[in-house]
Amino acid sequence: MMLWDHAIASALAKGEAIETGVPSQLVVEDLHAYFGRTHAVKGLSLDIAANRITAIIGPSGCGKSTFLRCLNRMHEVVPGARREGRVLLDGEDIYAPSVDPVEVRRRVGMVFQRANPFPTMSIYDNVVVGLRLNGIRDRRVLDEVAERSLGQAALWDEVKDVLARPGTSLSGGQQQRLCIARALAVQPEVLLMDEPASALDPASTLKIEELAKTLRETLTIVIVTHNMQQAARVSDSTAFMLAGSLIEYGPTAELFTRPKERQTEDYITGRFG
Amino acid sequence: MIAPGSRAGARRRLTDRVMGWVCLAAILVAIAPLASLLGYVVVQGAPALNWAFFTHLPAPVGEPGGGMANAILGTLTLIGLASGVGVPVGILGGLFLAEAGDGRLGWWIRFTADVLNGLPSIVVGVFVYALVVVPMHRFSALAGGLALGVMMIPLVVRTTEEMVRLVPSSLREASLALGIRWWITSLRIVLRTATAGVITGIMLAVARIGGETAPLLFTAFNNQFWQAGLDQPISSLTVQLFTYSIAPYDDWHRQAWAAALVLMAITLLLNIAARAAGRQRFTVGR
Repeated sequence: MMLWDHAIASALAKGEAIETGVPSQLVVEDLHAYFGRTHAVKGLSLDIAANRITAIIGPSGCGKSTFLRCLNRMHEVVPGARREGRVLLDGEDIYAPSVDPVEVRRRVGMVFQRANPFPTMSIYDNVVVGLRLNGIRDRRVLDEVAERSLGQAALWDEVKDVLARPGTSLSGGQQQRLCIARALAVQPEVLLMDEPASALDPASTLKIEELAKTLRETLTIVIVTHNMQQAARVSDSTAFMLAGSLIEYGPTAELFTRPKERQTEDYITGRFG
Repeated sequence: MIAPGSRAGARRRLTDRVMGWVCLAAILVAIAPLASLLGYVVVQGAPALNWAFFTHLPAPVGEPGGGMANAILGTLTLIGLASGVGVPVGILGGLFLAEAGDGRLGWWIRFTADVLNGLPSIVVGVFVYALVVVPMHRFSALAGGLALGVMMIPLVVRTTEEMVRLVPSSLREASLALGIRWWITSLRIVLRTATAGVITGIMLAVARIGGETAPLLFTAFNNQFWQAGLDQPISSLTVQLFTYSIAPYDDWHRQAWAAALVLMAITLLLNIAARAAGRQRFTVGR
């Protein structure tokens, strides 16, 4: 019951009305994803609004991370993985044969559950690696990008004097913000966050959530989370997935206060999950 | 449960202690020959070590004195040539197996590498003899380096593969998700993270081939003088040791012991360096 109360309270506090007229940045059409024979995502169709935070919630194993990885063509990296369906980024199918997956991944960035800064590189090198390994070597450009990205990730003040330290010398929450800065450095249009705060303490979690809300102004954010209160606090729209299918999708306040589907209500009130 | 004070308990404790002693004895029996080998080489070889050994060329047959300077340089040259062949091929091969070697092709390559690892070195020597020495009509350092390099390849491939597999896949994924191309990710992120382990593998391979004699007999042959060119026969500690040991001169026997000692010292230093390199840089960068 506690879960339900908090979720309602957060959603009502935001007082969101149904949004119309917001353009869709990503349009998912009948997406199926497979790992070998396992059918992980079953016919999912979804519109993700630009400059908004969309949360994907659902119990463990429901396919939310798999779905997320289909949005930046990371799903196909796993051997034996395949998908059907279309994902339109600004109107163009990212899975069209003429499209370079590397280009897609530059436009759609990703932050993972466990912070994974490159251990052989310093903080500075970690942030600019996306540019450097793609051929940009001008030190002034890299300096500028590093400062901007670390600033966007709310980490600049903490690390500006120790940029040469190894990336792994930071605390867990700082490492995750470093990974966010690294993803932001290549200037993506969309940022996918796969349970970014699940391995962090509450204080760091809060920082990441605030960060997401700030980034919303310049980016579209899709966040997968198993924490419903987080979804309620942070997102504009929420999608509930169960066993690979999309059960319900709507504005967050509505989904948490007046869910249309029985299964959504059961999940939100904690009857399973 | 058996009560501690009972006769069965006492028998168990005794058996336990006896087995402990038996295991200790087994270890001592295993180490004894190695320890005595080390000791014997040091005792025999140390007196023959002098400045001349490291700086002079071998004396003419029958005359005392002289040294093995050319042999030491020769061994180092051969190791260098072998690395030129073995290291790039080995690292790239190992990287391929780790990244894309999960199918049938990978299985066959791995199997072949493991078989080649156990190949008698003399067979490699004969192979390079037929392939390089006969067409060139001469023994050469290049042929010797090639033979040793061919022996290095399967070793470096397997150790590189193991080390690259140890790199967490999350790093590879993080790099790909940034829009970095797969081959750049492999070389600049994954391989770079595995560098310490890869270097260890290379040094161990070098330590192994540094002590090889049989393949050099057919390829690099021997040379009593300084190296004239890479397409000329070259001296090496191992072949020189072989030549001196079976000769009838006492002075040469002493020098052979010294050569054995120097060879062991080189191997020991390489192994220590390999462990030092392996320990340092793995997870903490810069």
